Amino acid sequence: MGNALHLENVTMQFGGVVSVNNLTLDVPENKIIALIGPNGAGKTTAFNCITGVYQPTNGLIEFMGKPMVRNYPRGKAEKTYKGENAKTYSNDPVISPTPDQITGLGIARTFQNIRLWKSMSVFDNVLIAKHQHAKQNVFSAIFRGNLAEEKRMRDETMELLVEQGLDEYKDELAVSLPYGLQRRLEIARALATNPKLLLLDEPAAGMNPQETNELTDFVRQIREKYDLTVFLIEHHMDLVMNISDYIYVIDFGSEIAQGVPEEIQNNQRVIEAYLGVAEEEE
Amino acid sequence: MKQNQKNYTAFIGIAIMLAAVILLENISAIIPGLPQVFSPTSPLFTVLKKAAVYSLVAVSMNLLNGFTGLFSLGQAGFMLLGAYTYAILMVPSAQKDQVYYLFGGCAFDFSILDMFEGIFGSSGAGYVISLILSCLIALILAGAVAAFFAYLIGIPVLRLKSDYLAIATLGFAEILRAIFQWQKLGKVTNGANMIKGFPTFSSFNITGPSGQVILRLSTFVPFLISTVCIFIIVLLINSSYGRAFKSIRDDEIAAEAMGISLFKHKMLSFVISSFFAGVGGALFAMYVANAQAKAFTSVMTYEILLIVVIGGIGSVSGSVIATFLYVACSEWWLRFLDSEQYIGGFKLPLLRNGFRMVIFSVVIMVIVLFFSQGIMGENEISISGLMKKLPGKKERKQ
Amino acid sequence: MEYVISVLLSGISVGGQYALIAIGYTLVYGILRLINFAHGDVFMVAGLMGIYLTAALPITESLPLVIMLTVFLGFTIERAAYKPLRSAPRMSVMISAIGVSYLLVNTATYVTGGQPMTYPSIPFLSSTVNVAGTHTKWVVIITPFLVLALVLALTLLIDRTKIGMAMRAVSKDFETSRLMGIKINSVISVTFIIGSALAAVGSILFFTNYPAITPTAGTMPGLKAFVAAVFGGIGSIPGAVIGAFLIGICETIIKGLPSSWDVSVFSDAFTFALLIIILVFKPQGLFGEAATDKV
Repeated sequence: MGNALHLENVTMQFGGVVSVNNLTLDVPENKIIALIGPNGAGKTTAFNCITGVYQPTNGLIEFMGKPMVRNYPRGKAEKTYKGENAKTYSNDPVISPTPDQITGLGIARTFQNIRLWKSMSVFDNVLIAKHQHAKQNVFSAIFRGNLAEEKRMRDETMELLVEQGLDEYKDELAVSLPYGLQRRLEIARALATNPKLLLLDEPAAGMNPQETNELTDFVRQIREKYDLTVFLIEHHMDLVMNISDYIYVIDFGSEIAQGVPEEIQNNQRVIEAYLGVAEEEE
Repeated sequence: MKQNQKNYTAFIGIAIMLAAVILLENISAIIPGLPQVFSPTSPLFTVLKKAAVYSLVAVSMNLLNGFTGLFSLGQAGFMLLGAYTYAILMVPSAQKDQVYYLFGGCAFDFSILDMFEGIFGSSGAGYVISLILSCLIALILAGAVAAFFAYLIGIPVLRLKSDYLAIATLGFAEILRAIFQWQKLGKVTNGANMIKGFPTFSSFNITGPSGQVILRLSTFVPFLISTVCIFIIVLLINSSYGRAFKSIRDDEIAAEAMGISLFKHKMLSFVISSFFAGVGGALFAMYVANAQAKAFTSVMTYEILLIVVIGGIGSVSGSVIATFLYVACSEWWLRFLDSEQYIGGFKLPLLRNGFRMVIFSVVIMVIVLFFSQGIMGENEISISGLMKKLPGKKERKQ
Repeated sequence: MEYVISVLLSGISVGGQYALIAIGYTLVYGILRLINFAHGDVFMVAGLMGIYLTAALPITESLPLVIMLTVFLGFTIERAAYKPLRSAPRMSVMISAIGVSYLLVNTATYVTGGQPMTYPSIPFLSSTVNVAGTHTKWVVIITPFLVLALVLALTLLIDRTKIGMAMRAVSKDFETSRLMGIKINSVISVTFIIGSALAAVGSILFFTNYPAITPTAGTMPGLKAFVAAVFGGIGSIPGAVIGAFLIGICETIIKGLPSSWDVSVFSDAFTFALLIIILVFKPQGLFGEAATDKV
């Protein structure tokens, strides 16, 4: 099995600040991989580079073995660039897809601070994610020439909601759900885009221990059912150690460790990054 | 299916409404001795015609501002394009020299109306067919020209954020207005002068051989066209694309992450909204019986925006209701404020020309500040919803 | 040659008058992120007040009174129409601004009866002077100097005083400034007061050189001044001033081109074309800062 996702020398620089520094990592197909690190380490920025929200300043991102994003420091960024490997990709064409194109390739995500569509029902929130792959155009949609397609979308949405245990809330406003269910709805919405790779940004944030346990089982289940690869950012160490096949740790944008959960638990640098080094605490 | 049943009720409702309009505008001919209000010259019909036209423009603006969250102020510009397209295409060749006399005739010697009259004949049933077909085609072309310009304008400006988008579209409308007033284009646009002589709403009244009106349709026609257009917009809003528009309004970043192309859908909404604004502009030209660039100022856009706000941003039925109220107040019900009024022997203070608009703007400010939801909020009126509200049945809590 | 000089002179003077309005836009936008659509109409109202007050009072009393009343108007508009919407979406505040603009225009139409009103001739400002062989009014000569002096004073106010520091802080980060104990509402009021005072001065200079005031006379100068503010980089005072001078000069040149070309109808359209070009190619303007959204 190959890699679902492969990051190579990815650097993201905002003005003079390097948020992600020369990050290289692999997410093998069908595995659950975690990206951890202290607050402000650049985890969400890395996700934003993968999903096309930001264009990385330098580096290559491959999805399913094909280059998906590629850039090198150009124009103004060339002079201010502080990272490494500035010339590695300068001979290859820049690839810079928009987030919706990346979603179309099969990468779906959730957000750290939940971003559901607030004026819409639970059902519509999931249904809209089906829009991209629907076989229709604006005329067939207006004049209802797409009834079969619309029915298929609605049926699949209902199936997803039943499976996530959200069907009883389907007509309620998405934002009226309790926090845990909102997170679940975000995952359901992401699944509706038919992803091959699911990116979860702090899926357990704000959950109690019981909900966190349920989430662990749930992520495993959907991986089996949809044949998914999962890449997640998380602060709950119990969850991370429990669920991950492999872990990458970053701090100040750079990788400081990688390994299976046991290795990470005993890694001195990781402990320092999280707890701080003794001398610094005064 | 439930959806189908809903559509049937909507169809029946619309048919009843249109029939009622025909009845209303002919009632004074059928039953003599009715109050002055029902006579064809009554302000009632001015209001109905203008409101029918404006409600289409308001709904088209709501599609953009309320349902897609794009704050655009270019509506008057697209109306202008529609009005001129309709006018230029419909003025009969025989009249062109007279209309364009300042410029020694029109460079564009073609009229859709003439073309169809050439096929079907210019009198009797042939004329009726020519009139209907040419009008229909000219209206669609009016929308198409506006939509085409919207597409060109959209490429640069739809990337801009809310308030910059507003000012850029406002700017485009002003540029268009200047271009259409340019004397050098006089042979096409008649410069700053008005184009007239094309078929208007009253051309649709059915007249007898000696010229007397047999059946009035001049209010029915704008109602019919607006209703069809608004119905299409509603179908769009309730379709998969409409849901995508709303997702962009609620949260662009989430919409993009869920596979909705921002540029494509914003463009779609912008182009469709402009298409209907163009049709609305053509209807406006038919209503005032002329097309002149200086009518389509930013004040017109503001007026339509305020109507949308009064009706509730994100509610089609709200926009329609607000348009009728707004037009009725400004053209009819509040007219008395503009002239001196006496109660007994006492002269009411303040009442003179212009006072109506002051009161009006104050009311609008009150709505904007204290009732920001407008009349309808984001809700819609539906027949089943009305049934529920009938006395005796308590409204269910959401 | 004389023609060129006279066109340039009046361009600089119109530019200076736009600059005084543009500062009001740029200050308010910098702090509230609001295009204050009513600002141009405040400018128009200041003009009308000038007409009515000079008819009743001597110039030395009426002009200061015009400035004071305009300031009061600007302050009241902010308190009545924008403050209640502080936590509402930006679109609502902009709609409220459009509503205020509509109200001011309609009220002006009511008061004046919709007739164009002639601005009184103000001694000295309206008298003519001979510069390099062209006759022009004193106001044309004085405007640029007065503008520069006012801008200098304003820059000092913003850079050196405590309220100026508060203004800078609020424009950088609204929420944090509030948390740091800055009285947001008084800062915003001060902004509107400064903006309105400058607009009042601008109206005196602008309309002295203009045949008549109509209720919509403020709309175009207002929009142009806003474009100037965007051109210079919204939030930047020197930017707004430079943008205003450029727009004023370009506009007078277009109006001054041979009448056989018949392009004067585009003097307004030019400004908007410029706006769109800037927004597309350099949205942060000449001196503005680029901002990135956080996800």
